[in-house]
Amino acid sequence: MLWAVMDVQQALSDLTEISSQIQAAVVFDGQGQVSGSTLTDPGRAAGLVRVAAELLSAAEGLRSGSSALTQMEVATSEGSVFVVRDGDTSLVATTGGNPTVGLVFYDLKSALRSIKAKPAPARKPAARKKAAATPKKKTAARKTSTRKKPDAP
Amino acid sequence: MRRSLAVLLGIIGGMLAGAAFLRRQAAQRERADLYFEDGSMLSLTNGSPGADRLLPLAREILGKARGT
Repeated sequence: MLWAVMDVQQALSDLTEISSQIQAAVVFDGQGQVSGSTLTDPGRAAGLVRVAAELLSAAEGLRSGSSALTQMEVATSEGSVFVVRDGDTSLVATTGGNPTVGLVFYDLKSALRSIKAKPAPARKPAARKKAAATPKKKTAARKTSTRKKPDAP
Repeated sequence: MRRSLAVLLGIIGGMLAGAAFLRRQAAQRERADLYFEDGSMLSLTNGSPGADRLLPLAREILGKARGT
């Protein structure tokens, strides 16, 4: 778990390093649990996620179709809020005014993909049974016979 | 004298019109774009019922992110 959290933090620090437009970013799951944040105060990150979850559910309520919301941008005069979602994991980010929307979405989706792509620690494969598992080839025992020449005395 | 007053009034009127135009533009820039899994997109401009719900929440998020 700690390993996963560290990976999310690394992905977020990479994201803010790559995209100077992104001011803050928080990753959270479907239960509203914060997985990683660029905000130093965990309480502020939790509060932000609570409102972001509310924003997502309000946005989903606007459409009657069955198709899920994958990304959104809400632009205000104070700045923009971006949310990208992949399955259960969501990433909410804030920018200043007039961001390069396509570029920000691309960076956010790349970050989310890198978080999702982190594999779980690999388990060691079970040791193979050597003798019992592999069937042996049966080789017919050679009979050694001594032939005598028919004309032998 | 009369001519310079007209020029001054013209400049002030132009500035007021420009300010109103910029204000209107800024208000129109407030919007919410929603992208769905099937490739469809919903754009809500300021003043529409959906945007009225989303914009205050977005402002709250921005405030929390900036610690205000």
